[in-house]
Amino acid sequence: MICVRNVSKRFGKQVVLSGVSLNIEDGKTTTIVGPSGVGKSVLLKLIMGILAPDQGEIEIFGENITRADSEAERNRIRASLGVLFQSAALFDSLTVYENVAFALNQRFSLPRKEVHERVVSMLSALSLESFAFRYPQEISIGIRKRVGMARALITQPKVVLFDEPNTGLDPLVGQEVYDLIKECRKKWGFTGVVISHELPEVFQVSDRVAMILQGKIIEEGTPAEFAASANPAVQQFLNGRIDGPIKIQ
Amino acid sequence: MPVVDATEALGRTVTNVTEAWGRSWIFLGKTLAGLISPPFRYRLFLDQLYQIGVKSTLVVALIGIFTGAVLAVQGVYTLSKFGASAFTGSAVALSLIRELGPVLTALMVIGRAGSAITAEIGIMKITEQLDALRSMAVDPMRYLMAPRLLAGIIAMPLLTGIFITIGIFGGFIVGVGLLGLSSGTFFSDMVAAVDNVDVYSGFIKSVAFGFIFGWVSCYKGYTCGFGAVGVNRATTESVVTASVAVLVLDYFLTSILTRVFM
Ligand SMILES: Nc1ncnc2c1ncn2[C@@H]1O[C@H](COP(=O)(O)OP(=O)(O)OP(=O)(O)O)[C@@H](O)[C@H]1O
Ligand SMILES: [Mg+2]
Repeated sequence: MICVRNVSKRFGKQVVLSGVSLNIEDGKTTTIVGPSGVGKSVLLKLIMGILAPDQGEIEIFGENITRADSEAERNRIRASLGVLFQSAALFDSLTVYENVAFALNQRFSLPRKEVHERVVSMLSALSLESFAFRYPQEISIGIRKRVGMARALITQPKVVLFDEPNTGLDPLVGQEVYDLIKECRKKWGFTGVVISHELPEVFQVSDRVAMILQGKIIEEGTPAEFAASANPAVQQFLNGRIDGPIKIQ
Repeated sequence: MPVVDATEALGRTVTNVTEAWGRSWIFLGKTLAGLISPPFRYRLFLDQLYQIGVKSTLVVALIGIFTGAVLAVQGVYTLSKFGASAFTGSAVALSLIRELGPVLTALMVIGRAGSAITAEIGIMKITEQLDALRSMAVDPMRYLMAPRLLAGIIAMPLLTGIFITIGIFGGFIVGVGLLGLSSGTFFSDMVAAVDNVDVYSGFIKSVAFGFIFGWVSCYKGYTCGFGAVGVNRATTESVVTASVAVLVLDYFLTSILTRVFM
Protein backbone atom coordinates (compact mmCIF):
# COMPACT_ATOMS: atom_id res chain seq x y z
CA MET A 1 0.00 0.00 0.00
CA ILE A 2 1.10 3.55 -0.67
CA CYS A 3 0.19 5.89 2.15
CA VAL A 4 0.24 9.61 1.54
CA ARG A 5 -0.31 11.37 4.85
CA ASN A 6 -1.04 15.05 5.16
CA VAL A 7 1.51 16.05 2.52
CA SER A 8 2.14 19.72 1.74
CA LYS A 9 4.40 21.16 -0.91
CA ARG A 10 5.09 24.69 -2.01
CA PHE A 11 7.48 26.26 -4.48
CA GLY A 12 8.57 29.63 -3.15
CA LYS A 13 5.36 31.46 -2.36
CA GLN A 14 3.18 29.20 -4.51
CA VAL A 15 1.36 26.60 -2.43
CA VAL A 16 0.77 23.55 -4.60
CA LEU A 17 -0.38 20.86 -2.17
CA SER A 18 -1.66 21.55 1.31
CA GLY A 19 -2.48 18.50 3.37
CA VAL A 20 -3.07 15.74 0.83
CA SER A 21 -3.87 12.34 2.30
CA LEU A 22 -4.50 9.31 0.13
CA ASN A 23 -4.29 5.56 0.54
CA ILE A 24 -3.46 3.62 -2.59
CA GLU A 25 -4.39 0.01 -2.01
CA ASP A 26 -2.38 -3.00 -3.09
CA GLY A 27 -3.22 -4.47 -6.44
CA LYS A 28 -5.67 -1.71 -7.23
CA THR A 29 -5.42 1.21 -9.58
CA THR A 30 -6.14 4.66 -8.27
CA THR A 31 -6.77 7.42 -10.75
CA ILE A 32 -6.01 10.99 -9.84
CA VAL A 33 -7.83 13.72 -11.70
CA GLY A 34 -7.93 17.47 -11.40
CA PRO A 35 -7.52 20.62 -13.45
CA SER A 36 -4.17 21.50 -15.02
CA GLY A 37 -1.62 22.85 -12.62
CA VAL A 38 -3.16 21.58 -9.37
CA GLY A 39 -0.08 19.52 -8.63
CA LYS A 40 -0.84 16.01 -9.87
CA SER A 41 2.60 15.54 -11.37
CA VAL A 42 4.13 17.07 -8.24
CA LEU A 43 2.31 14.45 -6.14
CA LEU A 44 3.80 11.66 -8.27
CA LYS A 45 7.29 13.12 -7.85
CA LEU A 46 6.74 13.27 -4.12
CA ILE A 47 5.80 9.59 -4.16
CA MET A 48 8.96 8.78 -6.14
CA GLY A 49 10.99 10.72 -3.60
CA ILE A 50 12.35 13.03 -6.29
CA LEU A 51 10.80 16.02 -4.56
CA ALA A 52 10.68 16.27 -0.78
CA PRO A 53 7.47 17.43 0.88
CA ASP A 54 7.53 20.42 3.21
CA GLN A 55 5.28 18.50 5.55
CA GLY A 56 3.74 15.07 5.84
CA GLU A 57 4.95 11.59 4.96
CA ILE A 58 4.74 9.03 2.24
CA GLU A 59 5.11 5.32 2.81
CA ILE A 60 5.53 2.74 0.11
CA PHE A 61 4.81 -0.78 1.39
CA GLY A 62 5.50 0.43 4.91
CA GLU A 63 8.80 2.09 4.03
CA ASN A 64 8.98 5.80 4.54
CA ILE A 65 10.53 7.41 1.48
CA THR A 66 10.26 10.93 2.89
CA ARG A 67 12.25 10.00 5.97
CA ALA A 68 14.90 7.99 4.11
CA ASP A 69 18.13 9.79 4.85
CA SER A 70 20.27 8.77 1.92
CA GLU A 71 19.83 8.46 -1.81
CA ALA A 72 20.87 4.81 -1.52
CA GLU A 73 18.03 4.20 0.89
CA ARG A 74 15.56 5.97 -1.40
CA ASN A 75 16.87 3.95 -4.34
CA ARG A 76 16.17 0.75 -2.46
CA ILE A 77 12.55 1.84 -1.97
CA ARG A 78 12.28 3.12 -5.55
CA ALA A 79 13.31 -0.25 -6.88
CA SER A 80 9.66 -1.29 -6.60
CA LEU A 81 8.50 1.61 -8.80
CA GLY A 82 7.98 1.97 -12.52
CA VAL A 83 7.26 5.46 -13.78
CA LEU A 84 5.84 6.94 -16.95
CA PHE A 85 6.63 10.66 -16.95
CA GLN A 86 4.21 13.18 -18.40
CA SER A 87 6.86 14.26 -20.91
CA ALA A 88 7.97 10.61 -21.35
CA ALA A 89 11.47 11.78 -20.33
CA LEU A 90 13.23 9.29 -22.60
CA PHE A 91 17.02 9.38 -22.57
CA ASP A 92 17.81 11.14 -25.82
CA SER A 93 21.27 9.67 -26.18
CA LEU A 94 19.76 6.18 -26.31
CA THR A 95 17.61 4.48 -28.94
CA VAL A 96 14.08 3.31 -28.21
CA TYR A 97 15.40 -0.21 -27.69
CA GLU A 98 18.12 0.96 -25.31
CA ASN A 99 15.67 3.13 -23.42
CA VAL A 100 13.39 0.19 -22.79
CA ALA A 101 16.31 -2.09 -21.91
CA PHE A 102 17.90 0.53 -19.65
CA ALA A 103 16.33 -0.40 -16.32
CA LEU A 104 16.85 -4.11 -16.94
CA ASN A 105 20.52 -3.56 -17.70
CA GLN A 106 21.13 -1.14 -14.86
CA ARG A 107 19.29 -2.89 -12.11
CA PHE A 108 19.40 -6.60 -12.80
CA SER A 109 22.26 -8.61 -14.13
CA LEU A 110 20.14 -10.61 -16.51
CA PRO A 111 21.71 -12.54 -19.38
CA ARG A 112 21.71 -10.51 -22.57
CA LYS A 113 19.43 -12.96 -24.32
CA GLU A 114 16.72 -12.63 -21.70
CA VAL A 115 16.92 -8.83 -21.77
CA HIS A 116 16.54 -8.96 -25.52
CA GLU A 117 13.52 -11.25 -25.36
CA ARG A 118 11.77 -9.15 -22.77
CA VAL A 119 12.42 -5.91 -24.63
CA VAL A 120 11.24 -7.35 -27.94
CA SER A 121 8.04 -8.71 -26.46
CA MET A 122 7.32 -5.42 -24.68
CA LEU A 123 7.96 -3.45 -27.87
CA SER A 124 5.63 -5.68 -29.84
CA ALA A 125 2.91 -5.46 -27.17
CA LEU A 126 2.92 -1.71 -27.80
CA SER A 127 3.39 -2.01 -31.61
CA LEU A 128 6.74 -0.27 -31.36
CA GLU A 129 8.96 -2.75 -33.22
CA SER A 130 9.50 -0.49 -36.19
CA PHE A 131 10.84 2.29 -33.97
CA ALA A 132 13.31 0.16 -32.02
CA PHE A 133 16.43 1.74 -33.48
CA ARG A 134 15.23 5.30 -33.72
CA TYR A 135 16.20 8.03 -31.27
CA PRO A 136 13.55 9.84 -29.22
CA GLN A 137 14.06 13.09 -31.17
CA GLU A 138 13.08 11.23 -34.35
CA ILE A 139 9.68 9.98 -33.20
CA SER A 140 6.42 11.75 -32.43
CA ILE A 141 5.27 12.65 -28.93
CA GLY A 142 2.56 9.97 -28.97
CA ILE A 143 5.08 7.27 -29.81
CA ARG A 144 7.51 8.58 -27.21
CA LYS A 145 4.74 8.26 -24.67
CA ARG A 146 4.30 4.60 -25.60
CA VAL A 147 8.03 4.00 -25.31
CA GLY A 148 7.89 5.60 -21.86
CA MET A 149 5.13 3.16 -21.05
CA ALA A 150 7.25 0.21 -22.18
CA ARG A 151 10.15 1.52 -20.09
CA ALA A 152 7.94 1.80 -17.00
CA LEU A 153 6.54 -1.72 -17.31
CA ILE A 154 9.59 -3.70 -18.46
CA THR A 155 10.88 -4.45 -14.96
CA GLN A 156 7.46 -5.71 -13.86
CA PRO A 157 7.45 -3.32 -10.90
CA LYS A 158 5.15 -3.69 -7.92
CA VAL A 159 3.93 -0.12 -8.31
CA VAL A 160 3.48 1.73 -11.58
CA LEU A 161 2.93 5.48 -11.72
CA PHE A 162 1.44 6.70 -15.01
CA ASP A 163 1.42 10.44 -15.62
CA GLU A 164 -1.18 10.92 -18.35
CA PRO A 165 -0.61 7.68 -20.27
CA ASN A 166 -3.07 8.69 -22.99
CA THR A 167 -2.35 12.31 -23.65
CA GLY A 168 -1.16 12.77 -27.19
CA LEU A 169 -2.34 9.36 -28.35
CA ASP A 170 -5.00 8.74 -30.96
CA PRO A 171 -8.15 6.88 -29.75
CA LEU A 172 -7.09 3.51 -31.15
CA VAL A 173 -3.68 3.54 -29.57
CA GLY A 174 -5.24 5.06 -26.45
CA GLN A 175 -7.42 1.99 -26.11
CA GLU A 176 -4.37 -0.20 -26.73
CA VAL A 177 -2.68 1.48 -23.76
CA TYR A 178 -5.68 0.79 -21.51
CA ASP A 179 -5.68 -2.83 -22.70
CA LEU A 180 -1.99 -3.09 -21.92
CA ILE A 181 -2.53 -1.73 -18.42
CA LYS A 182 -5.28 -4.29 -17.84
CA GLU A 183 -3.20 -7.11 -19.27
CA CYS A 184 -0.11 -6.30 -17.23
CA ARG A 185 -2.23 -6.02 -14.14
CA LYS A 186 -3.60 -9.47 -14.82
CA LYS A 187 -0.11 -10.79 -15.50
CA TRP A 188 1.68 -9.59 -12.38
CA GLY A 189 -0.86 -7.49 -10.53
CA PHE A 190 0.82 -4.17 -9.91
CA THR A 191 -0.52 -1.35 -7.79
CA GLY A 192 -1.25 1.51 -10.14
CA VAL A 193 -1.52 5.27 -9.92
CA VAL A 194 -2.86 6.88 -13.07
CA ILE A 195 -3.11 10.58 -13.70
CA SER A 196 -5.53 11.31 -16.47
CA HIS A 197 -7.83 13.88 -17.99
CA GLU A 198 -9.66 11.23 -19.99
CA LEU A 199 -13.01 11.00 -18.30
CA PRO A 200 -14.81 8.67 -18.25
CA GLU A 201 -12.60 6.39 -20.44
CA VAL A 202 -9.98 6.05 -17.74
CA PHE A 203 -12.58 4.51 -15.40
CA GLN A 204 -12.14 1.19 -17.23
CA VAL A 205 -8.77 0.76 -15.53
CA SER A 206 -9.65 2.53 -12.26
CA ASP A 207 -10.64 0.90 -8.99
CA ARG A 208 -10.61 4.22 -7.16
CA VAL A 209 -10.76 7.79 -8.35
CA ALA A 210 -9.52 10.82 -6.43
CA MET A 211 -9.78 14.45 -7.40
CA ILE A 212 -7.38 17.19 -6.34
CA LEU A 213 -8.45 20.80 -6.18
CA GLN A 214 -6.76 23.73 -4.49
CA GLY A 215 -4.12 21.58 -2.87
CA LYS A 216 -6.50 19.04 -1.34
CA ILE A 217 -8.25 15.81 -2.23
CA ILE A 218 -11.87 16.88 -2.56
CA GLU A 219 -13.43 13.54 -3.52
CA GLU A 220 -12.36 9.92 -3.38
CA GLY A 221 -14.22 6.73 -4.18
CA THR A 222 -14.99 4.04 -6.71
CA PRO A 223 -15.68 5.29 -10.24
CA ALA A 224 -19.41 4.85 -9.64
CA GLU A 225 -19.29 6.75 -6.36
CA PHE A 226 -17.16 9.41 -7.95
CA ALA A 227 -19.54 9.85 -10.88
CA ALA A 228 -22.44 10.19 -8.45
CA SER A 229 -20.62 12.67 -6.21
CA ALA A 230 -22.66 15.51 -4.78
CA ASN A 231 -19.65 17.83 -4.87
CA PRO A 232 -20.42 20.53 -7.45
CA ALA A 233 -16.74 20.82 -8.40
CA VAL A 234 -16.63 17.11 -9.28
CA GLN A 235 -19.78 17.39 -11.38
CA GLN A 236 -18.45 20.49 -13.12
CA PHE A 237 -15.19 18.68 -13.89
CA LEU A 238 -16.89 15.48 -15.08
CA ASN A 239 -19.25 17.35 -17.37
CA GLY A 240 -16.71 19.87 -18.58
CA ARG A 241 -18.81 22.91 -17.77
CA ILE A 242 -17.28 26.37 -17.74
CA ASP A 243 -19.44 27.74 -14.93
CA GLY A 244 -19.08 26.32 -11.44
CA PRO A 245 -16.82 26.38 -8.41
CA ILE A 246 -13.66 25.61 -10.44
CA LYS A 247 -12.25 28.77 -11.95
CA ILE A 248 -10.13 28.29 -15.04
CA GLN A 249 -6.81 30.03 -14.56
CA MET B 1 13.55 52.92 2.44
CA PRO B 2 16.47 52.62 0.04
CA VAL B 3 18.94 51.77 2.80
CA VAL B 4 16.84 48.87 4.04
CA ASP B 5 16.30 47.65 0.47
CA ALA B 6 19.99 47.83 -0.33
CA THR B 7 20.90 46.02 2.89
CA GLU B 8 18.31 43.38 2.15
CA ALA B 9 19.58 42.93 -1.41
CA LEU B 10 23.15 42.67 -0.17
CA GLY B 11 22.10 40.14 2.47
CA ARG B 12 20.25 38.08 -0.11
CA THR B 13 23.21 38.09 -2.49
CA VAL B 14 25.57 36.98 0.26
CA THR B 15 23.18 34.20 1.30
CA ASN B 16 22.72 33.03 -2.29
CA VAL B 17 26.44 32.99 -3.03
CA THR B 18 27.21 31.18 0.21
CA GLU B 19 24.48 28.66 -0.47
CA ALA B 20 25.67 28.01 -4.04
CA TRP B 21 29.22 27.60 -2.74
CA GLY B 22 28.06 25.09 -0.15
CA ARG B 23 25.91 23.22 -2.65
CA SER B 24 28.75 22.94 -5.14
CA TRP B 25 30.91 21.28 -2.46
CA ILE B 26 28.15 18.87 -1.51
CA PHE B 27 27.74 18.12 -5.21
CA LEU B 28 31.46 17.43 -5.49
CA GLY B 29 31.35 15.19 -2.43
CA LYS B 30 28.52 13.14 -3.89
CA THR B 31 30.25 12.89 -7.26
CA LEU B 32 33.45 11.68 -5.62
CA ALA B 33 31.46 9.19 -3.57
CA GLY B 34 29.89 7.97 -6.83
CA LEU B 35 33.35 7.69 -8.32
CA ILE B 36 34.86 5.48 -5.67
CA SER B 37 31.93 3.23 -4.85
CA PRO B 38 31.65 0.12 -7.02
CA PRO B 39 30.61 -0.90 -9.60
CA PHE B 40 32.93 1.19 -11.75
CA ARG B 41 31.39 2.13 -15.09
CA TYR B 42 34.18 1.62 -17.64
CA ARG B 43 31.98 2.09 -20.68
CA LEU B 44 30.64 5.45 -19.56
CA PHE B 45 34.12 6.60 -18.57
CA LEU B 46 35.67 5.57 -21.89
CA ASP B 47 32.85 7.23 -23.76
CA GLN B 48 33.51 10.50 -21.94
CA LEU B 49 37.25 10.16 -22.40
CA TYR B 50 36.51 10.01 -26.10
CA GLN B 51 34.11 12.97 -26.01
CA ILE B 52 36.35 15.19 -23.90
CA GLY B 53 39.79 13.95 -24.85
CA VAL B 54 39.92 12.52 -28.33
CA LYS B 55 37.52 15.05 -29.80
CA SER B 56 39.54 17.96 -28.39
CA THR B 57 42.85 16.72 -29.77
CA LEU B 58 42.70 18.53 -33.09
CA VAL B 59 41.85 21.93 -31.73
CA VAL B 60 44.40 21.56 -28.92
CA ALA B 61 47.06 20.64 -31.47
CA LEU B 62 46.16 23.61 -33.63
CA ILE B 63 46.36 26.07 -30.75
CA GLY B 64 49.56 24.39 -29.60
CA ILE B 65 51.43 24.79 -32.86
CA PHE B 66 50.60 28.48 -33.15
CA THR B 67 51.32 29.20 -29.51
CA GLY B 68 54.77 27.65 -29.90
CA ALA B 69 55.30 29.61 -33.11
CA VAL B 70 54.36 32.92 -31.50
CA LEU B 71 56.57 32.18 -28.50
CA ALA B 72 59.51 31.57 -30.84
CA VAL B 73 58.99 34.83 -32.73
CA GLN B 74 58.55 36.74 -29.50
CA GLY B 75 61.50 34.92 -27.90
CA VAL B 76 63.88 35.73 -30.72
CA TYR B 77 62.75 39.35 -30.69
CA THR B 78 63.07 39.85 -26.93
CA LEU B 79 66.14 37.74 -26.30
CA SER B 80 68.11 39.21 -29.18
CA LYS B 81 68.00 42.54 -27.32
CA PHE B 82 70.20 40.88 -24.72
CA GLY B 83 72.18 38.99 -27.31
CA ALA B 84 70.65 35.79 -26.01
CA SER B 85 68.47 34.60 -28.88
CA ALA B 86 70.17 31.21 -28.62
CA PHE B 87 68.05 30.62 -25.51
CA THR B 88 64.82 30.87 -27.47
CA GLY B 89 64.33 27.09 -27.38
CA SER B 90 64.53 27.04 -23.60
CA ALA B 91 62.22 30.03 -23.30
CA VAL B 92 59.62 28.40 -25.55
CA ALA B 93 59.80 25.10 -23.70
CA LEU B 94 59.69 26.57 -20.21
CA SER B 95 56.75 28.86 -20.99
CA LEU B 96 54.83 26.01 -22.57
CA ILE B 97 55.54 23.42 -19.91
CA ARG B 98 55.07 25.57 -16.85
CA GLU B 99 52.33 27.97 -17.89
CA LEU B 100 50.86 28.18 -21.33
CA GLY B 101 50.44 24.46 -21.96
CA PRO B 102 48.27 23.73 -18.93
CA VAL B 103 46.39 27.04 -19.00
CA LEU B 104 45.61 27.32 -22.70
CA THR B 105 44.70 23.64 -22.96
CA ALA B 106 42.33 24.05 -20.02
CA LEU B 107 40.71 27.14 -21.52
CA MET B 108 40.30 25.38 -24.85
CA VAL B 109 38.79 22.24 -23.32
CA ILE B 110 36.48 24.33 -21.13
CA GLY B 111 35.25 26.22 -24.17
CA ARG B 112 34.78 23.13 -26.29
CA ALA B 113 33.80 20.28 -23.98
CA GLY B 114 32.78 22.10 -20.78
CA SER B 115 30.02 24.05 -22.48
CA ALA B 116 28.83 20.83 -24.13
CA ILE B 117 28.72 18.96 -20.81
CA THR B 118 26.79 21.76 -19.11
CA ALA B 119 24.29 22.00 -21.95
CA GLU B 120 23.82 18.24 -22.11
CA ILE B 121 23.24 17.77 -18.39
CA GLY B 122 21.15 20.95 -18.23
CA ILE B 123 18.85 19.72 -20.99
CA MET B 124 18.62 16.32 -19.32
CA LYS B 125 17.55 18.13 -16.19
CA ILE B 126 14.86 20.32 -17.72
CA THR B 127 13.44 17.45 -19.78
CA GLU B 128 13.13 15.33 -16.60
CA GLN B 129 15.72 12.82 -17.75
CA LEU B 130 17.59 13.23 -14.47
CA ASP B 131 14.33 12.56 -12.61
CA ALA B 132 13.78 9.52 -14.81
CA LEU B 133 17.24 8.20 -13.89
CA ARG B 134 16.54 8.65 -10.22
CA SER B 135 13.11 7.05 -10.54
CA MET B 136 14.88 3.99 -11.91
CA ALA B 137 17.15 3.97 -8.89
CA VAL B 138 20.14 5.08 -10.97
CA ASP B 139 22.13 7.81 -9.26
CA PRO B 140 22.88 10.66 -11.71
CA MET B 141 26.01 11.47 -9.69
CA ARG B 142 27.42 8.08 -10.40
CA TYR B 143 25.98 7.59 -13.85
CA LEU B 144 26.59 11.04 -15.36
CA MET B 145 28.84 13.19 -13.21
CA ALA B 146 31.48 10.76 -11.97
CA PRO B 147 32.56 9.52 -15.45
CA ARG B 148 32.80 13.11 -16.71
CA LEU B 149 34.82 14.29 -13.74
CA LEU B 150 37.24 11.39 -14.02
CA ALA B 151 37.52 11.74 -17.79
CA GLY B 152 38.33 15.44 -17.33
CA ILE B 153 41.04 14.67 -14.79
CA ILE B 154 42.62 12.05 -17.06
CA ALA B 155 42.17 13.82 -20.39
CA MET B 156 43.48 17.22 -19.33
CA PRO B 157 47.12 16.22 -18.63
CA LEU B 158 47.18 14.09 -21.78
CA LEU B 159 45.92 16.96 -23.92
CA THR B 160 48.36 19.28 -22.19
CA GLY B 161 51.18 16.91 -23.11
CA ILE B 162 50.07 16.99 -26.73
CA PHE B 163 49.81 20.79 -26.62
CA ILE B 164 53.31 21.18 -25.24
CA THR B 165 54.91 18.70 -27.61
CA ILE B 166 53.31 20.24 -30.65
CA GLY B 167 54.00 23.74 -29.31
CA ILE B 168 57.71 23.00 -29.05
CA PHE B 169 57.58 21.65 -32.57
CA GLY B 170 55.85 24.86 -33.74
CA GLY B 171 58.55 26.91 -31.98
CA PHE B 172 61.19 24.81 -33.68
CA ILE B 173 59.73 25.31 -37.15
CA VAL B 174 59.57 29.06 -36.73
CA GLY B 175 62.76 29.56 -34.71
CA VAL B 176 64.99 27.25 -36.67
CA GLY B 177 63.22 27.06 -40.00
CA LEU B 178 62.27 30.69 -40.48
CA LEU B 179 64.33 32.79 -38.09
CA GLY B 180 67.59 30.96 -38.60
CA LEU B 181 68.42 29.71 -35.10
CA SER B 182 70.67 26.68 -34.97
CA SER B 183 68.74 23.51 -34.33
CA GLY B 184 71.50 22.18 -32.06
CA THR B 185 71.31 25.04 -29.59
CA PHE B 186 67.51 25.14 -29.81
CA PHE B 187 67.31 21.67 -28.35
CA SER B 188 70.45 21.28 -26.26
CA ASP B 189 69.75 24.43 -24.27
CA MET B 190 66.21 23.28 -23.85
CA VAL B 191 67.29 19.95 -22.38
CA ALA B 192 69.62 21.76 -20.02
CA ALA B 193 67.07 24.39 -18.99
CA VAL B 194 64.00 22.24 -18.38
CA ASP B 195 64.06 20.44 -15.04
CA ASN B 196 61.90 17.63 -13.82
CA VAL B 197 60.22 20.05 -11.43
CA ASP B 198 59.00 22.11 -14.38
CA VAL B 199 57.34 19.06 -15.82
CA TYR B 200 55.90 18.12 -12.42
CA SER B 201 54.39 21.52 -11.87
CA GLY B 202 52.90 21.58 -15.36
CA PHE B 203 51.46 18.14 -14.69
CA ILE B 204 50.02 19.05 -11.29
CA LYS B 205 48.41 22.14 -12.80
CA SER B 206 46.81 20.26 -15.64
CA VAL B 207 45.35 17.66 -13.27
CA ALA B 208 43.94 20.45 -11.08
CA PHE B 209 42.48 22.19 -14.12
CA GLY B 210 40.89 18.96 -15.31
CA PHE B 211 39.29 18.67 -11.90
CA ILE B 212 37.94 22.24 -12.02
CA PHE B 213 36.70 21.66 -15.56
CA GLY B 214 34.71 18.53 -14.66
CA TRP B 215 33.37 19.91 -11.40
CA VAL B 216 32.17 23.26 -12.76
CA SER B 217 30.68 21.95 -16.02
CA CYS B 218 28.74 19.18 -14.29
CA TYR B 219 27.60 21.37 -11.42
CA LYS B 220 26.38 24.17 -13.68
CA GLY B 221 24.40 21.66 -15.75
CA TYR B 222 22.94 20.05 -12.66
CA THR B 223 21.74 23.37 -11.26
CA CYS B 224 20.46 24.64 -14.60
CA GLY B 225 17.27 26.74 -14.57
CA PHE B 226 14.13 26.22 -16.62
CA GLY B 227 13.84 26.44 -20.39
CA ALA B 228 16.19 27.52 -23.13
CA VAL B 229 17.03 30.62 -21.09
CA GLY B 230 18.14 28.44 -18.20
CA VAL B 231 20.41 26.31 -20.39
CA ASN B 232 21.80 29.42 -22.06
CA ARG B 233 22.66 31.01 -18.73
CA ALA B 234 24.08 27.79 -17.26
CA THR B 235 26.37 27.28 -20.27
CA THR B 236 27.68 30.84 -20.18
CA GLU B 237 28.22 30.72 -16.43
CA SER B 238 29.94 27.39 -16.72
CA VAL B 239 32.52 28.61 -19.23
CA VAL B 240 33.12 31.90 -17.42
CA THR B 241 33.34 30.35 -13.95
CA ALA B 242 35.65 27.55 -15.02
CA SER B 243 37.93 29.86 -17.02
CA VAL B 244 38.23 32.38 -14.20
CA ALA B 245 38.78 29.60 -11.68
CA VAL B 246 41.56 28.15 -13.83
CA LEU B 247 43.37 31.48 -14.11
CA VAL B 248 43.04 32.27 -10.40
CA LEU B 249 44.10 28.79 -9.40
CA ASP B 250 47.00 29.03 -11.83
CA TYR B 251 48.37 32.03 -9.97
CA PHE B 252 48.19 30.29 -6.62
CA LEU B 253 49.58 27.02 -7.93
CA THR B 254 52.47 28.82 -9.61
CA SER B 255 53.29 30.63 -6.38
CA ILE B 256 53.05 27.52 -4.25
CA LEU B 257 54.81 25.17 -6.66
CA THR B 258 57.68 27.56 -7.26
CA ARG B 259 58.21 27.79 -3.53
CA VAL B 260 57.91 24.04 -2.96
CA PHE B 261 60.22 23.02 -5.78
CA MET B 262 62.82 25.74 -5.38
N1 LIG C 1 10.26 22.07 -9.88
C1 LIG C 1 9.33 23.05 -9.78
N2 LIG C 1 9.68 24.29 -9.40
C2 LIG C 1 8.76 25.25 -9.28
N3 LIG C 1 7.46 25.09 -9.50
C3 LIG C 1 7.04 23.88 -9.89
C4 LIG C 1 7.95 22.79 -10.05
N4 LIG C 1 7.25 21.70 -10.45
C5 LIG C 1 5.96 22.10 -10.53
N5 LIG C 1 5.83 23.40 -10.20
C6 LIG C 1 4.56 24.16 -10.13
O1 LIG C 1 3.61 23.38 -9.45
C7 LIG C 1 2.33 23.53 -10.04
C8 LIG C 1 1.71 22.18 -10.28
O2 LIG C 1 2.39 21.54 -11.34
P1 LIG C 1 2.05 20.07 -11.85
O3 LIG C 1 2.99 19.80 -12.97
O4 LIG C 1 2.05 19.13 -10.74
O5 LIG C 1 0.58 20.25 -12.41
P2 LIG C 1 -0.36 19.11 -12.98
O6 LIG C 1 -1.49 18.96 -12.02
O7 LIG C 1 0.43 17.90 -13.27
O8 LIG C 1 -0.90 19.79 -14.31
P3 LIG C 1 -1.09 19.12 -15.78
O9 LIG C 1 -2.42 18.42 -15.76
O10 LIG C 1 -1.12 20.30 -16.68
O11 LIG C 1 0.04 18.22 -16.02
C9 LIG C 1 2.52 24.33 -11.30
O12 LIG C 1 2.02 25.62 -11.09
C10 LIG C 1 4.00 24.38 -11.52
O13 LIG C 1 4.36 25.64 -12.00
MG1 LIG D 1 1.14 17.02 -14.88
